[in-house]
Amino acid sequence: MAEIKNYTLNFGPQHPSAHGVLRLVLELDGEVVERAEPHIGLLHRGTEKLFEQKTYLQNVPYFDRFDYVSMMANEHAYALAVEKLMGIEAPERAQYIRVMYAELTRILNHCLWLGASALDIGAMTVFLYCFREREDIFDFYEEVSGARMHAAYFRPGGVSQDLPEGLLEKIKAFTETFPDYVDEYETLLTENRIWKQRNVDIGVVDKEAALAWGFSGPMIRGSGIEWDLRKTQPYDAYDKIEFDIPVGATGDCYDRYLVRVEEMRQSNEIIRQCIEWLAVNDGPIKSDDARLHKPSRASMKGDMEALIHHFKHFSEGYHVPEGEVYAAVEHPKGEFGVYLVSDGSNKPYRMKVRASGFAHIEALDYMCRGHMLADVVTILGTQDIVFGEVDR
Amino acid sequence: MRFIKHALKTWLLWELVKGLALTMRYFFKKSITVEYPEERTPLSPRFRGLHALRRYESGEERCIACKLCEVICPALAIVIESEERDDGSRRTTRYDIDMTKCIYCGLCQEACPVDAIVETQHFEYASETREALYYTKDMLLEVGEQYEAQIAANIKADAPYR
Repeated sequence: MAEIKNYTLNFGPQHPSAHGVLRLVLELDGEVVERAEPHIGLLHRGTEKLFEQKTYLQNVPYFDRFDYVSMMANEHAYALAVEKLMGIEAPERAQYIRVMYAELTRILNHCLWLGASALDIGAMTVFLYCFREREDIFDFYEEVSGARMHAAYFRPGGVSQDLPEGLLEKIKAFTETFPDYVDEYETLLTENRIWKQRNVDIGVVDKEAALAWGFSGPMIRGSGIEWDLRKTQPYDAYDKIEFDIPVGATGDCYDRYLVRVEEMRQSNEIIRQCIEWLAVNDGPIKSDDARLHKPSRASMKGDMEALIHHFKHFSEGYHVPEGEVYAAVEHPKGEFGVYLVSDGSNKPYRMKVRASGFAHIEALDYMCRGHMLADVVTILGTQDIVFGEVDR
Repeated sequence: MRFIKHALKTWLLWELVKGLALTMRYFFKKSITVEYPEERTPLSPRFRGLHALRRYESGEERCIACKLCEVICPALAIVIESEERDDGSRRTTRYDIDMTKCIYCGLCQEACPVDAIVETQHFEYASETREALYYTKDMLLEVGEQYEAQIAANIKADAPYR
């Protein structure tokens, strides 16, 4: 009898459903995956090292480029880390603006995830509908920060500028129509038999395994563990806002899909509450710690002290007291944390970023084993990997 | 009853029909697509596009070569050299921005104390060569002249928030 050998297949890094630059070495027995070995690092840019040469203000735009589909959520973790080390808190209005934009970012991320993972599986239409809503959110990004994607809007101690007039009404109109759009996505997918065949009982992760692999975000909630940093260790204004955490039952790809869809609805609810608060409450958007912020344009032009402060702020930057700190946010993909070590100078001594996707992709082998080749794409999609944050 | 309902729905491809009905509704709805380049979406006054160097109304260039934008630029995209001019004022002799390095974070225009370097709403400057994206002082001043009305209007509109 002829000897039968396993077949080794290279998946990516140019594969369209490899979500960027993942190279997967798959060992196949026929069409069944025996082993899946992810090779990462093809998008490594050395951002963590770069931080050590830049001032705290200059580092902000680089955070947009970690997970480049949920930009403001990354900035949020950085802003919180610096604030924690300096022992200050953003003013309430800034907190609500941040929460509102963090949740818009969650919708932005989940829309891309839903569209792209449905496209991977073969459902093209959802992708087009999801990108319609993404376009609206890009407009909100652009209106507030000037950039459609890489906003550099959340700054340590607040946000860079206040909301322009009329923006809240636009976002409000969006939140009123968005639940209907989510219904449309669900009409196309939730009951669809092809979608179910491709997702139900694929990539099952039980509670113990989810904990052992260090999952977070929708991945761990899909496995039935109620873990959400917005509830367990609330930051900014999340403790004043009411929302529910959707939890899955079986821990398969279909459950994670349902969790993410419900998260979009919950985010919409949070945004609605933020708008209600922001519409009636005015106030500062930057903390009263003057070190962290440039003086207003008008005072800079008229006042010598303010002009000196302006020059100091943009050249030397501000000094952060010595110490180390870890701050994490509930990123759309999971726990995104910034571990910051400061030696008291105007530049970070070391900054380590905890990317949720990194922990998830480690479990790819565990989740893929015994599944068919076509399911690798489904599982990769359900993990919601973005290589900007995995490779950093 | 539930069994019959379920069997009927399965046999009639009910959920697929519902999905197709949704796409069919959109087929007859008004399209939301914007026919770029003939049509464009509006841009906010804060939009960060191509850079420009501005002049005062008298024709004097605003930039005083304080080099604050060069210092703040996280991507090190700006290079400035300066010299004393014949009338004794400090002006740049070289002001280059490498658009291939620039990350469009907007910190240069935030830092500029005299509103000389600004980011315009112009974003269609793609080129076939890298060299065309190395903007020199003359090119930046030319962009500034071309878009001055728009830049001034945008700065005015955003002034209460800056």
